Amino acid sequence: MSDSQDLKHTSLYKTHTSLGARIVPFGGWAMPIQYQSILQEARAVRTNVGLFDVSHMGRLTIRGSGAAPFLSRVLSVGAISMRPGRARYCLICNEDGGIIDDCIVYRNGDEDFLLIPNAANTASVIDWLDQWNTKPDTVSIKNVTNDTAMIAVQGPQSIPMLNEVTADDISSVLPFRTVQTQIDGRDTMLAHTGYTGEDGFEAIVSAEDAGHIWALLVDKGATSCGLGARDVLRLEAGLLLHGNDMSVNDNPYEAGLERFIRPDRRGYVAREALLRIRDNGVERKLVGFIMTGRGIARHGHAICANGRQIGEVTSGGPSSLLDRNIGLGYVPADFSEVGTCLQIDIRGRLVDAEVTSLPFYIRS
Amino acid sequence: MTPENLKYSEEHEWVRVESDGQVVVGITDFAAESLGDVVFVELPDVGEQLTQFEKMGEIESVKAVSDLYSPVSGTITERNDSVIDSPELVNDSPFESGWMLRVELTDTGELDKLMSHADYQSMLEAQS
Repeated sequence: MSDSQDLKHTSLYKTHTSLGARIVPFGGWAMPIQYQSILQEARAVRTNVGLFDVSHMGRLTIRGSGAAPFLSRVLSVGAISMRPGRARYCLICNEDGGIIDDCIVYRNGDEDFLLIPNAANTASVIDWLDQWNTKPDTVSIKNVTNDTAMIAVQGPQSIPMLNEVTADDISSVLPFRTVQTQIDGRDTMLAHTGYTGEDGFEAIVSAEDAGHIWALLVDKGATSCGLGARDVLRLEAGLLLHGNDMSVNDNPYEAGLERFIRPDRRGYVAREALLRIRDNGVERKLVGFIMTGRGIARHGHAICANGRQIGEVTSGGPSSLLDRNIGLGYVPADFSEVGTCLQIDIRGRLVDAEVTSLPFYIRS
Repeated sequence: MTPENLKYSEEHEWVRVESDGQVVVGITDFAAESLGDVVFVELPDVGEQLTQFEKMGEIESVKAVSDLYSPVSGTITERNDSVIDSPELVNDSPFESGWMLRVELTDTGELDKLMSHADYQSMLEAQS
């Protein structure tokens, strides 16, 4: 494609092309969508171990004596009460409650945080943080995305496999905790987090070590997985994708993310808007649905009821086992009850669907 | 391997002439591989009329939706419901168990508008 020279490459780009990956643009980066078969890659994560290059996601350090109070002001959860070695999923909302991005924030030390925004939102998150950083002498925000690589190691066998290569036994590291260790002698920050609905870790390593660590894990039996498998897996797990399932035009209550916000905190920039939305309720909600008729819902399809459009599909596709086709979309609150019958307009054909509870997939 | 005894369309469908003069239609290994995992196939019913090079159905992979174009004109005499129930047959066996429709031709002369195996291979090489 003609604009491919404008796309950024992660430090694993050559690894991907040498493995025969199909490369696509994503969030300004040239990323592997698949190596062999999207479904085989997804099933490898459900049954064994898959590797994902997530180096395109932003890595911002927020450091200094004012870092914790600053983050508490801009994130949907408090950062002051976080203990070092912990991670939290959170939202960045604007003063109207609109979702600028969803992130994971790590506390690595008393005055040392790491924030992981989505690739396509990294620039707007930095702008937003800078706008609210009124004390740059005590809060230093740096974009360190290009210095490091991030590899997600996901699947039921990921912990035994990692234990074969890590300097420390990671079996006791609880979910949303982090550990500093080495993989084959190379410094690694391991976080017990992921975006697949499967157990696993995300490893942050130096950019020059990424290819070696990827090859080492492939050698141990891990399957290289692209964005295609990642999207199938995260949808099955009911995990939202910013830009599809939520945006600055949606608020956390509409998106069903209220459990990840603590709006009633003094100084929080979205406090007033979110408390007002909470008290007034919302008119539209994100729901999960299963196709009960024959067809696959896709992003942008109209959601209908009684033949008239009531909403839009934000994500849709097959599940990894092809036992059903699933999707997410916004509908009026009256249509959000589990069991509500909907139709999806699939290129002019109305196909039956039914609102279901999320997630679609829960690991055993 | 792309069989040498078939006819091919620019839209990557293949046509096999059977002993009774009817034809069997499917998509090529190149098309199946380009699509990736096929997860949905929509085909017309037995008895419906097809027009050469016009849309006859839809095929979806995990990430993409494509139209299927009929390589011939005629009446559908048989539909492979196995590919509707198990779309992965299109990937596993595009020229055998992944066949789609059996058709009674309206005009056997239309077969001349299709490519030979050698011409189809040349087209693929020119596009790559």
